[in-house]
Amino acid sequence: MKLRATVVSGICAATAIFSAVAYSAEVFSGYTLLKQETKEMQDDDFLNQGMATVEKGAKLFSRPGKNGKSCESCHEAKGKKLDPKQIATFPILDKKTQRPITLQQYVINKWTEVLGNEPLKYESDDALALEAFVRNLARGQVVNVQTGGKMAPFMDQGKKLYEETRAGQLDMACASCHALYPGLKLRAQVLSQGQSNGFPLYRLADGKVVGVQTRMKQCYDQFRAEGYPYGSEENSLLELYMNARGNGLKIETPAVRF
Amino acid sequence: MKKNFLVITALSAFFPFGILAADAPPETPTPKPEKIEAYHSWKNTDYSIAAPLGGLKGDPANGRKVAIHRGKGNCLACHQMPISEEEFHGEIGPPLAGVGSRYDEGQLRLRIVNMQELNPGTLMPPFYKHPDQFNRVSKKYQGRTILTAQEVEDVVAYLLTLK
Repeated sequence: MKLRATVVSGICAATAIFSAVAYSAEVFSGYTLLKQETKEMQDDDFLNQGMATVEKGAKLFSRPGKNGKSCESCHEAKGKKLDPKQIATFPILDKKTQRPITLQQYVINKWTEVLGNEPLKYESDDALALEAFVRNLARGQVVNVQTGGKMAPFMDQGKKLYEETRAGQLDMACASCHALYPGLKLRAQVLSQGQSNGFPLYRLADGKVVGVQTRMKQCYDQFRAEGYPYGSEENSLLELYMNARGNGLKIETPAVRF
Repeated sequence: MKKNFLVITALSAFFPFGILAADAPPETPTPKPEKIEAYHSWKNTDYSIAAPLGGLKGDPANGRKVAIHRGKGNCLACHQMPISEEEFHGEIGPPLAGVGSRYDEGQLRLRIVNMQELNPGTLMPPFYKHPDQFNRVSKKYQGRTILTAQEVEDVVAYLLTLK
């Protein structure tokens, strides 16, 4: 009896160590696939290159807009009045349009409507910096996108785009790689589960901070497809579904990834 | 040559994180745009395409090159193959050593032309699916199959040599 238990646990341990991940019912962050030195880079705020963008966002947060107000006028210095738990629920249902709105779009709207500034371009440096700053306030919070009720039909649309819509000359859908083969190698690169919990993140391959919609476009380019425009309806639906897929993971903004 | 080496080494001191990008995602360099050839029709009979596309004859030596080329077959992205001069073969698809013994010519041709005929959920790109059947293709690839009919035949001929 004792021998059998030892053999079984030995096999389990060996399988855990030597098996690639492949399809997994569990969600896991891209962090678990990083090399040790990359993990250390993410964990240390002085080494983490994404923190420069967060600091830039902090400066923008305190900068007075065209009408003299700054983000701090309502949200207090360093965003103390912002609720990290609420930040972790984005994308949320926009009260005015009754459609999903991403965190970056929400920030851009406030920047223009409340502060009277010129609208920021989606995925521009300033928009990413503000988004990174705000989401960094919620670092460590569990991602908790609300998917029921009025969000349900949008989740279905996002799911359809992610799981079923093949695109490009290479004819791939997001789920083609990220649902079935995370942890396995594509040439020398380890495929992740395509989670968004670390965005905006510092991407070593690009040498700069990228938002999730930039990364989506890069993926679409890889399979020779026309991605959707930044800030578009389709991208909002995809971001909704992607963030919700990661419910239960912790926000890591700014993450560091290859 | 030595001077260039020293310059690059000195410069890389300013960009230390460059070395950590060693496993950056592979690029897919594209071949120069060639004239788009006419599409040769094919038929899936019992999960096999027995007839060579356009009656063309495949060259296994070129097929091996197409398999390696990142902008064409790019087979090593997902498959382990007996191609020892290339490092880092992917592991998403099944290994291809001996595939010429497991499948006949028609079965191999079906898999290269359109693996979706066998597995509708496959990740493997459909190398000779009709260009009209795709969705949101980037401009420079519109109207083209991933591989030309000759390239498909070359790859099939090459895979048949993997006994």
